Amino acid sequence: MAKDLSKERQLASLDYSRYDFKTGTESYEVILNKGLSERTVKEISAIKNEPQWMLEYRLKALKAFEAKPMPQWGADLNGIKFNDIVYYMRASEANREKWEDVPEYIKNTFDRLGLPDAEKKFLGGVGAQYDSEIVYHSIRKDLEKLGVLFLSMDQGLLEYPEIVKAHFGKTIPYSDNKFAALNSAVWSGGSFVFVPKGVKVEIPLQAYFRINAENMGQFERTLIVAEPESQIHYVEGCTAPKYSSQALHSAVVEVVAKDSAHVRYTTIQNWSNNIYNLVTKRAVAHKNATVEWVDGNLGSKVTMKYPAVFLLGEGSKAEILSVALAAKGQHQDAGAKVVHLASNTTSRITSKSISKDGGRASYRGLVRVAKGMKNVKSNVVCDALLLDDYSRSDTYPTIEINEPTATIAHEAKVGKIGEDQIFYLTSRGLTETEALTLIVLGFIQPFTKSLPMEYAVELNRLIEMEMEGTIG
Amino acid sequence: MDLLSVKDLHAQIDGKNILNGIDLSVKKGEVHAIMGPNGSGKSTLSNVIMGHPKFVVTKGSISFEGKDVLELSPDKRSRLGLFLSFQYPFEVQGLGFSKFLFSAYKARFPNKKISVLDFQKLLKSKAEALHMTPEFTKRELNVGFSGGEKKRAEILQLMMLEPKLAILDETDSGLDIDSLKLVAESVNRLRGPDFSAIVITHYKRILNYLKPDVVHVLSEGRIVASGDMSLADELEANGYKTVLQKSAMGRGAEK
Repeated sequence: MAKDLSKERQLASLDYSRYDFKTGTESYEVILNKGLSERTVKEISAIKNEPQWMLEYRLKALKAFEAKPMPQWGADLNGIKFNDIVYYMRASEANREKWEDVPEYIKNTFDRLGLPDAEKKFLGGVGAQYDSEIVYHSIRKDLEKLGVLFLSMDQGLLEYPEIVKAHFGKTIPYSDNKFAALNSAVWSGGSFVFVPKGVKVEIPLQAYFRINAENMGQFERTLIVAEPESQIHYVEGCTAPKYSSQALHSAVVEVVAKDSAHVRYTTIQNWSNNIYNLVTKRAVAHKNATVEWVDGNLGSKVTMKYPAVFLLGEGSKAEILSVALAAKGQHQDAGAKVVHLASNTTSRITSKSISKDGGRASYRGLVRVAKGMKNVKSNVVCDALLLDDYSRSDTYPTIEINEPTATIAHEAKVGKIGEDQIFYLTSRGLTETEALTLIVLGFIQPFTKSLPMEYAVELNRLIEMEMEGTIG
Repeated sequence: MDLLSVKDLHAQIDGKNILNGIDLSVKKGEVHAIMGPNGSGKSTLSNVIMGHPKFVVTKGSISFEGKDVLELSPDKRSRLGLFLSFQYPFEVQGLGFSKFLFSAYKARFPNKKISVLDFQKLLKSKAEALHMTPEFTKRELNVGFSGGEKKRAEILQLMMLEPKLAILDETDSGLDIDSLKLVAESVNRLRGPDFSAIVITHYKRILNYLKPDVVHVLSEGRIVASGDMSLADELEANGYKTVLQKSAMGRGAEK
């Protein structure tokens, strides 16, 4: 199997060599030693053949990472052993995870989702996905005609250094937090997207199609630049659980929406339950721009993620819609941040969380209105659903309003599925599990309906499977 | 053979006795009415027949088509052909009415192979009979429904799921005169040898349409009087007090 695939890949590289960011990786396989040092960072930069400024940036970030203490709030991060992590792995057939090592429950999930073998292996961190590469290629061609750039971050840096340099680390400086610093020091992979002025990309751009040999990476770095009046919907992740033997995933995502641009960024992540998933996502919205984060978190051991929008320009808008499912042994500490730094700006935050089997979901949010900014409107709704008595849900909202003309609404609800509600549905012939599943799917429906169809279907299927294990 | 046979049924909630020895048998094709003052146990009786887990049956039996159903979960009872039209139907956010009903339909009739499209057609025709627009079935289950809409939605579910025995728990409460007539006509159309009903109500008006075969009066968890429509007339004319006194005297005479 592996042999055939690698033949296919070579063919692919011949045909598409110009676009194929993994050209040349065939004979190239690198696994750095465990642990993090200046040397590691230099090695990563050298392997990638990066410009000097990026190496310097990485090294500054490393210093910041070392200097910053671990966050003392949020989830328990004591399980992270920084010296036990491999900070760079260049994927090739040889150094992928072994299929046998992928946990059984994940393989079962793949089977039940009916994924084709190639996809299973890819999601299991085992093989690259070739069909998708071809799809990606044709999408790339269409986009290129419009002047849209859609590359891996590594390739973006090499091919479009000016654009990257102008925006990289500007929205999220390496000094922002310990994990942003870590990512800035050792980042690899992720996407670079550039949409020229006035271009409206109608189809969602799916990172799924782009990811191949570079792997999704533990330290992805994504940068999206939407020029004035452009429009883009970027989708990353997938609903099937993704296995990695590496216990830390720490990504940084920066989005720049210039005047009147519209950016929607959809993420669904379902990490295997050994992963610490610590992600910094932030967007800036200029005059009349709109940024939407759609963020779904399943799986992982600990997730800390608070997609943020800084509303810099008058009339700009932020919408953050998130769902978290915390199952056994999981802590989803997720939320949203919006900072209103201009007048006539609006934001809407909708957070839905489900806790089951002793899982814990926390909403941590911030809405800040800067002094002197008139007619700001913000609406925050947090809904939590507890499926049993030993799961947990918390809400930590922070609202800082320095302006009397602001209109802020905050609503938080914690619901438990009542016996009466279940009785109602079961009296119609549905089993208790079916009833619970329908209630949970209904609960997250405002989220699901904003997803591209295939993601919505897959997410629903996944929730159904999660729910089957809930009762007895 | 009785379709439903309830014998010496005792049930409690949180240790409090609510049903204190109910005897009730409903034959195929019959419609029974149960009336009774507030707190007499009418809703408890319907919940217990349907299998609500919060009530504990301490004594007695319930059998349906000769089968003991006490140990069966509500979904299994539903699949046998029992149906409860709720007094207060629950709202489920984000769950489309027709999606929900399609799931229920497949559970009730596992052997019927029906496509989504055919199901929609069937649902549309039944909804029209209740003067409900197709838009209605696209709404979220009971969310934002008016009191009357909720009751009609219950009857629509009943019509789709074709139970052998339907319990209508105060379906007439909160319905205006026109809706009441519509609902009663829809139930009447179902009448036949394969459809029986227990109608729980405070008012005679729905019974004027449904013309029950038997009228029962429930008090303090017991059926204290049974008769024909004239019993409902008497209740309407004189209130519960007289009827209950009479039954108490009757019981006294027995002793």
